[in-house]
Amino acid sequence: MPNYSWPPMDKRRIMGKRTSRLDGPAKSSGRAKYNSDLNPKDLLFGTLLTSPYAHARIKSIDISPAQKIQGVTAVRAIKNGGDEIQWAGAEIASIAATSEEVARDAARAIKVEYEVLPHLVHEHDLSKVGTRAKPAGEQVAGDPDKAFQEAEVTSEGEYGIPVITHCCLEPHGQVVQWNGDKVEYWPSTQNVTQVGNDLAKLIEVPANQIHTHMDYMGGGFGSKFPPDLWGAEAAQLSKMSGGRPVKLFLDRATELTIAGNRPSVFAKVKTGAKKDGTITVWQSQTWATGGYTGGNLNVSLFPYVFNKLENKRLNHTAVSINAGSARAWRAPNHPQLSFVTCSALEDLAAKLNMDALAFFLKNIEITTRPQVYKAQLEKAAEMIEWKKYAHLRSDTTKGPVKRGLGIGVNTWGGLGHDSQCRVTIHPDGSVDVDLCSQDLGTATRTMIAMVAAETFGLTINQVKVGIGDTQFPPSGGSGGSTTIGGVTVSTRKATVNALGKLFDLLSPVMGVPADGLEAVDGRIQQKGNPSKSMTWQQACAKMGTQSISEMGQNKQAEAVKEGLINQGTSGVQMADVSVDTDTGIVKMNRMVAVQDCGLVVNPKTAESQVFGACIMSCCAALMEERIMDQQTGRVLNPDMEFYKLAGISDIGEIIVHMDITPEHDARGIIGLGEPPAVGGVAAISNAVANAIGVRVPMVPLTPNRVLAALSQRRIG
Amino acid sequence: MSSTKDEIRKKRKSAFSRRGFLKGLGAGTGVLSTGVLAEQETDAAPATPVQGPGAVAITLDINGRPHKVNVEPRTTLCDTLRNHLDLTGAKRVCDRGTCGACTVIIGGKVMYSCTVLAIEAQGKKIQTIEGLAQPGKLHPVSQAFWDNDAQQCGYCTPGFVMAAKGFLDHHPNPTYEEVKKGLGGNLCRCGTYVGVRKAVLQAAKEMQGGRNA
Repeated sequence: MPNYSWPPMDKRRIMGKRTSRLDGPAKSSGRAKYNSDLNPKDLLFGTLLTSPYAHARIKSIDISPAQKIQGVTAVRAIKNGGDEIQWAGAEIASIAATSEEVARDAARAIKVEYEVLPHLVHEHDLSKVGTRAKPAGEQVAGDPDKAFQEAEVTSEGEYGIPVITHCCLEPHGQVVQWNGDKVEYWPSTQNVTQVGNDLAKLIEVPANQIHTHMDYMGGGFGSKFPPDLWGAEAAQLSKMSGGRPVKLFLDRATELTIAGNRPSVFAKVKTGAKKDGTITVWQSQTWATGGYTGGNLNVSLFPYVFNKLENKRLNHTAVSINAGSARAWRAPNHPQLSFVTCSALEDLAAKLNMDALAFFLKNIEITTRPQVYKAQLEKAAEMIEWKKYAHLRSDTTKGPVKRGLGIGVNTWGGLGHDSQCRVTIHPDGSVDVDLCSQDLGTATRTMIAMVAAETFGLTINQVKVGIGDTQFPPSGGSGGSTTIGGVTVSTRKATVNALGKLFDLLSPVMGVPADGLEAVDGRIQQKGNPSKSMTWQQACAKMGTQSISEMGQNKQAEAVKEGLINQGTSGVQMADVSVDTDTGIVKMNRMVAVQDCGLVVNPKTAESQVFGACIMSCCAALMEERIMDQQTGRVLNPDMEFYKLAGISDIGEIIVHMDITPEHDARGIIGLGEPPAVGGVAAISNAVANAIGVRVPMVPLTPNRVLAALSQRRIG
Repeated sequence: MSSTKDEIRKKRKSAFSRRGFLKGLGAGTGVLSTGVLAEQETDAAPATPVQGPGAVAITLDINGRPHKVNVEPRTTLCDTLRNHLDLTGAKRVCDRGTCGACTVIIGGKVMYSCTVLAIEAQGKKIQTIEGLAQPGKLHPVSQAFWDNDAQQCGYCTPGFVMAAKGFLDHHPNPTYEEVKKGLGGNLCRCGTYVGVRKAVLQAAKEMQGGRNA
C-alpha cells in the first residue's frame, strides 16, 4: 500500500507556505466569469412573480396578459386557484422574455386574486405566538434543582439574537438550457456534484442528461445547496421557449426574503456557581424561528464548549412564523449557542465580581478540549493585552465613552467529505487534477494545486486544476467545513498513485527501484542523490504516447486512521469595544482570533477565512437583522441600505493567530470555514456589557438597544 | 479627500436624488453612497429629449472604443454593460446604489453603474474594469488585491478595484484612515476589508509617479 501521509512539517515545500490564490488575477481583473455573468447565444431572461402577502389563498391566477406581451416566450403559473401561501415572497409565477425589462413587465401584468389570511411574523414574545409554538421537550442532566439550592451565587438573564440572512452578493439562480434530451445547467451552487441530480428529480429527467458547470460562485455561506424551485422553473421556461437558454437570478429583495436565513434564538438562562467561580448548574428556556417550518436548536450543546457540566435543564420551543425558510448558515446553531452561553457565563462572572478571563479559565476543565482552550485563551489575552485593558464589569473612568473587553469561544467538526479525484500526467509533463468540487472563495482550487504540486515536486502553476464540472469525478458539497479535508485527501491519493505509476515506468530506465525514487524541485531522482536524476519533462517523455491517469478517493474513516484528516477544532475570539453612552454607538476597536484547524494547508488564505469570519461576526453583533412587519407580513429591509452590513470603515483592527503547532499539525487537515464565524458575536456583546456595566440583551447592539439597556427600558 | 467632497457639496443644487426617479426610492442613501451620488447629480444634463419607451440606438464610449447598442431608456448602464455588451466585470448586487459592486469610472468619477441610465452615459468616457489593463497584464490595483488576498468569493472585487483606482486617481498618497473612508462605498460579504486596506496602500506606492496608472 502506498504511503499517502503528508510530508513532515519541515520537509514541505508548498503545503504550509503562504500562497496567493490561483484565481486571484481572474477575480481582481474582472475576467472571472460567474454563472450570473454568462451570456450564451439566444439567451432569455427569467423572472419570478412573488406573493405580496405572508399568508393567503390564491383565488385565481390569469397569466394570459403576460403571454400577450411582445418578447415574452414562456409564462408558467407556479401556484393555482386554491393553493395556500405561507410567506411573502413565495413564488407565484415565472416568466421568460427576450429582455429583463420585458420579463418584469410581464410579471406585473399577471393578474392574481388573493384571499388574505391572518399571519404571524414575530417570535420574540413567546406569549403571543399561540398555537404556532412547538415545544421540543425537556432535557435534564444531573440534578439541577439540588444544584440551584446549593449554589452560592446564581445569575439570570435574557438574551436574543434575531434572524439574519445570508445576503450572498451573487444572488441565487442559474442559467439553464433544456434542449431536447440535454440539460446544460450553470447554477450558483455550493454543491456542483449533487445539485444536478436534485434538479433531475424536480424536472423528471434522468440525472445523466444534466451537465452542471460552475467556475466561480459569489458567496453561499450555507444557502446554496438545492437547485430550488427557481432552478426547475428556469429549466421549464427554457424547454417551453424552444430550448433557448434562460438566465434567472433572484433580484435583491427576493434574495433577502426567500433565499434562506439563519434562525433566531431567544433565551432565558439561569446559572449557578460556587463563590470560587466554579459553575455548577445551567438552566435555559429557549425559543427560535427559522420561518414557517419552525426553528430547531441543538440545545444539548448548552452550555456551549463548557459542555461537560453535570447539572442542566434544557427546554426549547420552535416557533413557526409566516416567513421564508431557514437554511444552513455558516456554522448552523453555533453562533447562537456561543452567544447565549458566553453572555450568560459572563453575566455570572460579573455577579461573582470576577474577571471574565479568570472565570473562563477557572472552568476550563468542563470544556471539550481543556488544554487547547486554556492555551488559546491565554494567547488571545496576550494579543489583546488583557492585563492592560481588563477591568471588572463597568468602565468607571470619567466621560461618556466606555471601553470594555469580551470573550467568545467556538468549536466545530470539519471532517473531510467524500471526494474522488482523477490525476492525469501527460507525456509532455503537463498535469491535470480533476474533481467536481467548487471554490466558494475559500481557495479550494489553490489548495488542490498545492497538494498536487507538493506530491509531484512541481510548482502550483505546473498543475492544471479542473473543478466545477460534472464530467469530473464526484466530490462532496461545500458545507460544514468539509471541503478542504475531502479534496486534499483525494488529490493526495490520486497524485501519489499517479507518481507511483511514473516511478514504475522510470525504475528500469534509471536503474533505481521504484520505491527508491523521489520527485523534488521539478526533477525525479534517486532518493537523496541529485546526481542520479532527470527533469520532470524528461521523465514524462518516457511515457511515450500513453498518459498516466490515476484515481484517488477520500474515505473518511480510512483517512482519519492514516492521519490525513481529522475533526474537532477550537478557537477563541476577544473583542475590544468603545461605547458612547450618550449616543449608544458601539465602536469595535480590535478583535483578536486564535484558531486551530489541524494542519494548515495555506496560512495566507486560512487567515483570510478568519479575518472574514470576524468581520461577519461584527456585522451580526452590531448591524444585521431581518426586520419583519406584522402589519403587512413582509420583510421591511430586503435591500442593502437597511439590511446593514459593515463597510470597510466600520471594522477596527483584527489580529489573527493561526494556532499552528506540531501537535495540531499531526492531527491532519481539518475544515476552517465555519468555526471562526462563531465566537465574535458573543465577544462583542460581552465587551459592551463589560464597558457599560449592563447587559444589552439583544443583538445587534444598535444605539437604540444600548440606550434602552442603559436606562433599563425594555424593547424588542 | 474631504476637500473633494466639500466642493461637491457646494456645487450640489438639488436635494433630490436621481436614484429616486430611477428606482422609485426617495430617502435613505446612507453615508456610504452620498459622495458618489452627489458627484453624479452635479453632472446631470439639464434637458434630454424624450426617448423611448422602446429601445433606442445609442453609442457608448467604453474603454476608449465606441460601442453601439439598442436599449430601452429605462435600462441602467449596469444592465447594458452586463446584458448587452458582455462586459460583466461590473456586478449587479444591490441594484440601488448601496454596495458598489457595479462601480465604473465615468468622466474620471467613480460611479455606481446601477444608478446611471445607459442613455445618460452617452458622450461620456466610461471606464470599466475590462479597460483597466492591457490584455494579459494586471493593473497595479488588481495586482495589489491579489497580493494581499483582498478577495474571497470575488464578487465584490471588480467594483472594489474600480473604486480603489478612482480613489487613488484623486488621492495618490492616502493615509490608512483615508483609505478606510475613501472605500466606504463598497460592501463585501466575505469580509475582505483587512486585505483591501493593505491592497490600496500597496497600490498607492506602486502607482507613485503615474506608472501604469
